[in-house]
Amino acid sequence: MAIYTEEEAKKIMEKALSFSTADACEINLQGSESGNIRYARNSVSTSGHRSNQNLVVQANFGKKSGTASIDEFDDASLQRVVARAEELAKLSPENPEFMAPLGPQVYDKAINYVEATANITPEYRANVANSSIEPAIASDVTAAGFLDDSAGFQAMLNSKGLFAYNKSTNVDFTVTMRTNDGTGSGWVTRDFNDVSKFDANEASSVAISKSVMSREARAIEPGKYTVILEPSAGLGLLSGLGRSVDARQADEGRSFMSKDGGTKLGVKIVDERVNLWSDPLHPEVPVSTWNGEGQPLKKTEWIKNGVVQNLAYSRFWAEKKGVEPVPYPSNFIMGGGDASLEELIKSTKKGILVTRLWYIRSVDPQTLLYTGLTRDGTFYIENGAIKYPVKNFRFNESPIIMLNNLETLGKQVRVEGNLIPYMKIRDFTFTSLSDAV
Amino acid sequence: MKRRDFVQLSGLGAGALLVPNLMTGNTIFAEALLEPGMDTIVKKRMADVALNTAKSLGATYADARIGRYLNQYVFTREDKVQNVVNTESFGIGIRVITNGTWGFASTNDVSEDGIKKATQQAVAIAKANSKFQKEPVILAPVANYGEVSWKTPIQKDFKEVPVSEKVELLLSANAAALNNGANFVNSALFMVNEQKYFASTEGSYIDQDVHRIWPNFGVTAVDQAKGKFKTRDAMSSPMGLGYEYMDGLASEKLVGAAGLTLYRNSYDIIEDATAAAKQAKEMLSAKSVDPGKYDLVLEPNHLGLTIHESVGHPTELDRVLGYEANYAGTSFATIDKWKSGDFKYGSDLVNIVADKTQVGSLGAVGFDDEGVQCKKWDIIRNGVLVNYQAIRDQVKMIDQDESHGCCYAQSWNDVQFQRMPNISLEPGKDPYSVSEMIKDVEKGIYIAGRGSYSIDQQRYNFQFGGTVFYEIKDGKIVGMLNDVAYQSNTQEFWNSCAKICDEDDYRMFGSFFDGKGQPSQVSAVSHGSSTTRFNNINVINTGRTV
Repeated sequence: MAIYTEEEAKKIMEKALSFSTADACEINLQGSESGNIRYARNSVSTSGHRSNQNLVVQANFGKKSGTASIDEFDDASLQRVVARAEELAKLSPENPEFMAPLGPQVYDKAINYVEATANITPEYRANVANSSIEPAIASDVTAAGFLDDSAGFQAMLNSKGLFAYNKSTNVDFTVTMRTNDGTGSGWVTRDFNDVSKFDANEASSVAISKSVMSREARAIEPGKYTVILEPSAGLGLLSGLGRSVDARQADEGRSFMSKDGGTKLGVKIVDERVNLWSDPLHPEVPVSTWNGEGQPLKKTEWIKNGVVQNLAYSRFWAEKKGVEPVPYPSNFIMGGGDASLEELIKSTKKGILVTRLWYIRSVDPQTLLYTGLTRDGTFYIENGAIKYPVKNFRFNESPIIMLNNLETLGKQVRVEGNLIPYMKIRDFTFTSLSDAV
Repeated sequence: MKRRDFVQLSGLGAGALLVPNLMTGNTIFAEALLEPGMDTIVKKRMADVALNTAKSLGATYADARIGRYLNQYVFTREDKVQNVVNTESFGIGIRVITNGTWGFASTNDVSEDGIKKATQQAVAIAKANSKFQKEPVILAPVANYGEVSWKTPIQKDFKEVPVSEKVELLLSANAAALNNGANFVNSALFMVNEQKYFASTEGSYIDQDVHRIWPNFGVTAVDQAKGKFKTRDAMSSPMGLGYEYMDGLASEKLVGAAGLTLYRNSYDIIEDATAAAKQAKEMLSAKSVDPGKYDLVLEPNHLGLTIHESVGHPTELDRVLGYEANYAGTSFATIDKWKSGDFKYGSDLVNIVADKTQVGSLGAVGFDDEGVQCKKWDIIRNGVLVNYQAIRDQVKMIDQDESHGCCYAQSWNDVQFQRMPNISLEPGKDPYSVSEMIKDVEKGIYIAGRGSYSIDQQRYNFQFGGTVFYEIKDGKIVGMLNDVAYQSNTQEFWNSCAKICDEDDYRMFGSFFDGKGQPSQVSAVSHGSSTTRFNNINVINTGRTV
């Protein structure tokens, strides 16, 4: 079993640290157990189990540092890996951007480990697959899905007295249902820290319904449309915004966040209803309360009322700029509203409902322009109701333009460890049609 | 290689690691890369432990892959070495068929006991999954090759070249970029050695030593006054070659349009970085494209990505059959279209081959990861779809009895499955140069290098950008363009193929990171072509104001 308790992990790392003669030494220890099952053509195709442990030592003498890793933790192995890291450090050139390890830190108690998820069995995975396959067969559709679950720990100890430990669990599920006549496709995604919140039957039924509803889609002209983006679709574009918060890139003039020799900190860039933050203790999307450098992670506002509140400063760049470091976000939460999907549809005179976006790629980092396509359930809305499925579109759109064209925010949903609302957006730019089902 | 060469230049720091997480192993000393690893005789004995254990547990087929993966990465920025990383990953993957169902398990414990346990786990997984197996796995026959070996035909092993030499080369390229107007430059060298041993219950014992190299950079020019920045990436290609690729031989340089120098089997990174800096600055003030229909003249290091996405992926049989439906998608190139025998994928000029034996390509190996000797075969002939890419458990589904030899796993730790071989467009048969191609174009755009790329889940609708764009008017290049992307439908696009330069212009594009599968795996693949013209393609303007 690759999951160590806090005490077990600390004991191994303290033993390793006891062998160190460097100016400073930092030990990272992590382990995980994960399992998966994959199915397609209404049959299980592959499944597997992985177990992994690794200990990494970083030693430094002044601004010289060396790193070595090992996956055996007996005394001789620990002594060897520390010696190897120190040898490397002594002979390395000085790194002008080296930052000495942090001293002791105070961390909030993380809430991202749930025993039920760690106890998932091969039988549970097989039953999840069957929860898709059996109703798919009964509905004349074909299921292709993937379930992946993991439990793990990470721990950190250094010679300056810092110690951190976190256990985590996660379960991710996606399934695509395709009608057997080849004209309809539906998809759903679910992810949780706590597997008891996951209902494979419910999720599979959503994908089946979408596949049946999306049969024989009609072609309508590409152009600018009001769209309702389901949270998965919204996340696809918001991720681009999330990746642009690096302060150094902004200061260097090569980021969307750059502006006239400075940055867009304090600048209103999107609709004032947009609020975007990260929070390791949010009960729906909890993550570790510390990052790989041992920095405590706290609730951090990135955009408040449409205005950029923070950029992420590495410890090196923060020191250079004379500001406090701001750790990178490890989850994203976007404020939502009260409207359900049904209410958003009901309030739409003409529009397009988008289930998900696919193959999203950056076209212009200057404007955060992205391209990609709709997939697995795209529907035309008229006078408050879904009228018929439509063929998929290619879009060319920037999340900045999109969030300036915000009509309505709906309820939040967890997607890939983030919390994203349904969004109704006007003038969303579709540039061509796709025949893909 | 002397130890000091590595340690003097390495700045290993966990916070600065830029290594793609799919290519990591344990970090090791550079000289450890040169250690011979487990002897072939021992590998054979260990593989037999897996095969015999599997048979004793009722498996009707088993294969074992003992892999040692050695990687070296060098990263620099401007005048700094950001990192030098050497990694090693070693272990065994065991695949079995029990009750007509696949099972797989892997372990880094390559002892008899560790191998037996992993084999037991693989058999147990196969038995558990057989409850939901609708049709038993049927393997196409394969020859018993006995004990054989294969090695990438390299001239210089990257592991024997001092790190100092690699760092010096990258820093020289960075300096060349900065001296020619760049504001920022990042450069990197990725070097890979896969030492793979395969054995199966069908009697083959195959030892292979595979080498790949990828030099890369990004040069950025910033106009602070206008708040603009532009980046020009390297015109290199990842190759299945040794360190000799970095020699920059004049004999391997090709002349593109607009004065571009392009590289075939030898790369001059300093020359390219110099040109990149000048072009990045030029891009800051280049004209924004007028949207509309253009004849596109596509340089091979650009066209390779288009071939990859619009021909390579849709002709993977596992996609066609639906095994990738939940992830990468399915394919428009369905079985009925292939069976018709007249599905016009492209114009008569379009001949596309799959080839796992192409010298210098990323996908070149002697045998695939299920012990099938590699070969070359037709995918599209005279514009017609004639075959797919298939492996041992698939070929019966297209009424064939011989695997195409394109099964691959990214590591010993992952199960092997159907992956794209090198997929390439054959050059034109008659003498025809790039300059002659340009002369023939009234209104067109010449596009070189890879850029933004996106295609739908059945591979119909795509949009591609590029690295540099030049406007062609009345047979002449008239200037650089910005904000260019083209959109098309795969079948329409390949049917608009109007002219292909001859073999003198042929070269390969490549990628280390072709992703597929759940859990996702990457594989490395090349795509060869000569400069090719496609008539009347829709070009959009991607410029925006935010």
